[in-house]
Amino acid sequence: MSCASGRQWWPVPDITVVLPSVLQPLAGGQSVLTAPADAAVTVGSVLDAVTADFAILARRLRDETGALRRFVNVYVDGDEVRRLQGMATEVEPGQEVLVIQSVAGG
Amino acid sequence: MERMATAESYVLAIGTKKGLWLATSPDRSNWAFTGPHFLMSEIPSVGIDTREVRTRIMVGVRSEHWGPTVAHSDDLGATWSEPAEGAITFPADTGAAVERIWQIHPDAESRPGVVWAGAQPISVWKSTDGGEHFELNRGLWDHPHRSEWGAGYGGAAAHSIVVQPGGDTVHIAMSTGGVYRSLDGGSSWEPRNRGISAGFMPDAEPEFGQCVHKIAADAGIEGRLYAQNHHGVYRTDDNADTWTSIADGLPADFGFVMLAHPRREGTAWVIPLKADGERIPPDAELAVHRTDDAGATWLRSTTGLPDHEYNSVLRDAAAVDSAEPAGVYFGTRGGSVYASPDEGETFTEVAAHLPDVLCVRAAVVAGA
Repeated sequence: MSCASGRQWWPVPDITVVLPSVLQPLAGGQSVLTAPADAAVTVGSVLDAVTADFAILARRLRDETGALRRFVNVYVDGDEVRRLQGMATEVEPGQEVLVIQSVAGG
Repeated sequence: MERMATAESYVLAIGTKKGLWLATSPDRSNWAFTGPHFLMSEIPSVGIDTREVRTRIMVGVRSEHWGPTVAHSDDLGATWSEPAEGAITFPADTGAAVERIWQIHPDAESRPGVVWAGAQPISVWKSTDGGEHFELNRGLWDHPHRSEWGAGYGGAAAHSIVVQPGGDTVHIAMSTGGVYRSLDGGSSWEPRNRGISAGFMPDAEPEFGQCVHKIAADAGIEGRLYAQNHHGVYRTDDNADTWTSIADGLPADFGFVMLAHPRREGTAWVIPLKADGERIPPDAELAVHRTDDAGATWLRSTTGLPDHEYNSVLRDAAAVDSAEPAGVYFGTRGGSVYASPDEGETFTEVAAHLPDVLCVRAAVVAGA
């Protein structure tokens, strides 16, 4: 992607979403998905974008109300989004969204 | 829902806290197992649909991390499918999300393709495409009692669905809330708990709120059902308008299991547990109790069962098949599964050291 500022054009880096290995089969085997963005967008919209073609992956991450599943943790550049603004947390172009399964089960 | 097959073989499905095991047998003595399927996911419900040419196994799957879903297999577990959008998902206007699928119940032979499901939060669902997509039952979801229904230890769920084979009557059971009946195929629901006590509530016999653990329909008499409650074993002969205790003769009135014979009037099985305070078999002696006279008397069977057992048997961790004589199967939270080819007279341990057994279903199939 690129965007304009004055007369100069320069590339804008995508937002990357890194998946744990257990979810990669649901994303066609990909470990990293990318979401183009010209400006800051919410984590929720990033997840919407990268799972648009992977409906089962989408359901593994969030329930049908859009809430992040309890033991799914999402980090933006190292910060867990529940400590920020949840799915409304803003992500800048070039930042990394990391999906990690929490400690759960017995 | 199973049917008799000409070239019979048997399928046994065992859902556990950490996956699903499937077994096939030509004779109910020798079982060949596959599994675990869905390793590290809880399998709280399984249904075996033998009403069409193919045998379909449907499972409620729940991962602590990745949530609940429903999958199905038409090749005895060699491959599994789930619809991309999910088989059971709440409509957006409800603001609810599925937490666990507690029951998957194929309808009568006369309604192929129809499958019912019970879920947490308390909800009933119906599929008309063989369990691939389910629709929320709005009559129950919008019921005015909803705000007063509660949760048992395992969560608030509709866990039992009994459909009248030739009519529109449906009974469901929920914990906690009790038995509800629909006479119009599920459009409207009324509580039907008269005679069932609820010792854990201020009003010992409320209209609803009972903690029913499992219900089953008698094979021979329409309108006769059996219920195993949180303390109390009951029978109704009037389509659940009134219930009477049939606990006399049992070593305890607590338990989770209630099974009815697939064809024979008056025959049912329970697996008693001592009480609230000691949820183990009475005196730690695991026993299956059968009645052949609709609860007037009970026969105790321990043949083939262990000398002592400190694990409980959960509500869906028991099943009957449709063979002659009927097979009886159950699993414990200690991971043992027992099978009886003779209606519960004798048992053999067919699996051991599995994770907690949550559900068991068995069916007679052609071939396999």
